[in-house]
This record gives sequence, C-alpha cells and structure tokens, in this order.
Amino acid sequence: MKEVIIGIPIQWYIYLCVTLFCIGVLGVLFRRNAIIIFMCIELMLNAVNLLMVSFSRYLGDTSGQVFVFFVMVVAAAEVAVGLAILMMIYRNTKSTDIDTLNNLKW
Amino acid sequence: MQLSQYLFFFLSFVAVLSAIMVILDKNPVHSVLYLIITFIAIACHYLLLNSTFLFAVQIIVYSGAIMVLFLYVIMMLNLNKEIEPHKKNIPKVIAVISAGLLMMCLVALLKGAEVNMLPAARNSNIGLIENLGKVLFKEYMLPFEISSILFLAAMVGAVFLSKKEIN
Repeated sequence: MKEVIIGIPIQWYIYLCVTLFCIGVLGVLFRRNAIIIFMCIELMLNAVNLLMVSFSRYLGDTSGQVFVFFVMVVAAAEVAVGLAILMMIYRNTKSTDIDTLNNLKW
Repeated sequence: MQLSQYLFFFLSFVAVLSAIMVILDKNPVHSVLYLIITFIAIACHYLLLNSTFLFAVQIIVYSGAIMVLFLYVIMMLNLNKEIEPHKKNIPKVIAVISAGLLMMCLVALLKGAEVNMLPAARNSNIGLIENLGKVLFKEYMLPFEISSILFLAAMVGAVFLSKKEIN
C-alpha cells in the first residue's frame, strides 16, 4: 500500500477536484429544483473533502483527515435542517422551484 | 502505467461522469442514485489514498444516511419528471459559460502549483483509525464536543421546522 501513492502525482487529484467542484457550481446555476441544488452543494463539499484527504496524505499530516471528518459532521447537520426548510417551503408554495421564492427580490 | 494509475483514471471517470448525469437527468430520483455512485467513487479514492476510516464514514454517512434522507424527502414531496420546473435557454447558457470560466481560472491558478512530498509522507498509516482516533481525541477534543451541540441544535431545528403551524 505504501507504493500506491508514488504513481499518482498530486496534480491529478487537484484537477479531479476542480472538475468535480465546477460541476457542482454548474449544477447550482443550471437547475431550478431546490433539491438538486442541495445535492450539488453536497458534491462541492465532497470535492473539497477529497482534495483535503489527498493533501493530508501527500504531506503526511493527520489534521486534514480530522478536518474532513468535521466537514462531514457539519454537512449532515446542514442537510437535516435544509431538507426541513425545503419541506416547509413545499408546504407553503406547493413546488420546489426556487423561482417562486422571489419575495425578497428587489 | 501502474495499477494504481489505472484505478485512479477509472474512479475519476466514474465520478465525473455520474456527477454530470446528476445535473442532466430530469428525474430527481435518478439524480440521487447517480450522486450515490459519485460518492462511492470518491470513497474508493479515499481507499486508494489509504484512509480506511474516511472510506467507511463516507459510505455510511454520505451514501447511506444523507442520500436516504434525500430519497425520503423526494418520496414525500412526490417529485417526478412532470412537475420538474422548466427554464429558459439563456440562463442555462450563462450558467455553462460562468462555470467554464471558473474552471479555467482554477486550473490556470493551480497549474504551476508544486507540492514537494515531505519525508513524513512516507508514513502511510496516517489514515488508519488508530492514528486518526488518537489525534481526534487528543488535539481535537473540544471541536468534537462542540459538534455534538451542533447536532443537538440541528435536530431541534429540523423537528421544529417540520412541525405544522401551531396557530
């Protein structure tokens, strides 16, 4: 298992994570469904997590992986509250289209 | 090419392809299933980086708990293809252009980055649960306790938000 890391440069992980993050950004801008937007936010969090794990592995520092653990904790809490808010929005507007939520729009 | 490089390319291909399908698929249930594939591919990347603890946590928390929560909400809202909101073409083009610009900027920024592997990185045991647990419960004890308060707050908030109107 020690030799596995030698064959893969860190640049490959950087490019992979940038690609995944940009797909997440594209999804947030592209879709109107609030649930899909939530899922794309999770995708962005995961891209950053993967980058942190690869950096912690390449630099030999455990703190990066502990931080990933905390990001997962916060993401779980965020999803629980966010989906509850989404349920409440659906109950009031009968849709998950974010264009219906324009009351604060100037 | 080594075996690990083949594995890297295969897992990256699966992750990126299913991430694109998350965006393009009109059916929210299919999007959730594609996102589960992406998360499992990322979990296998963790395994490739020899961090077995995060591999297990990723499978259990993300692919298990969070995605089941999404599926459950989609089931309760009864979303399907027919009530999927439609969008005009111009905002889509603008979204693609701006995401492409962001990606171009990030790649250009990170292209010259050089990370020299430290001698400590030869130690491949840092991702194992034994070492991670020691660090978590010695150096990160306070954040660990505070995250329990965060969970309590999130639980109370979720229950409170999903209640019917009292008056």
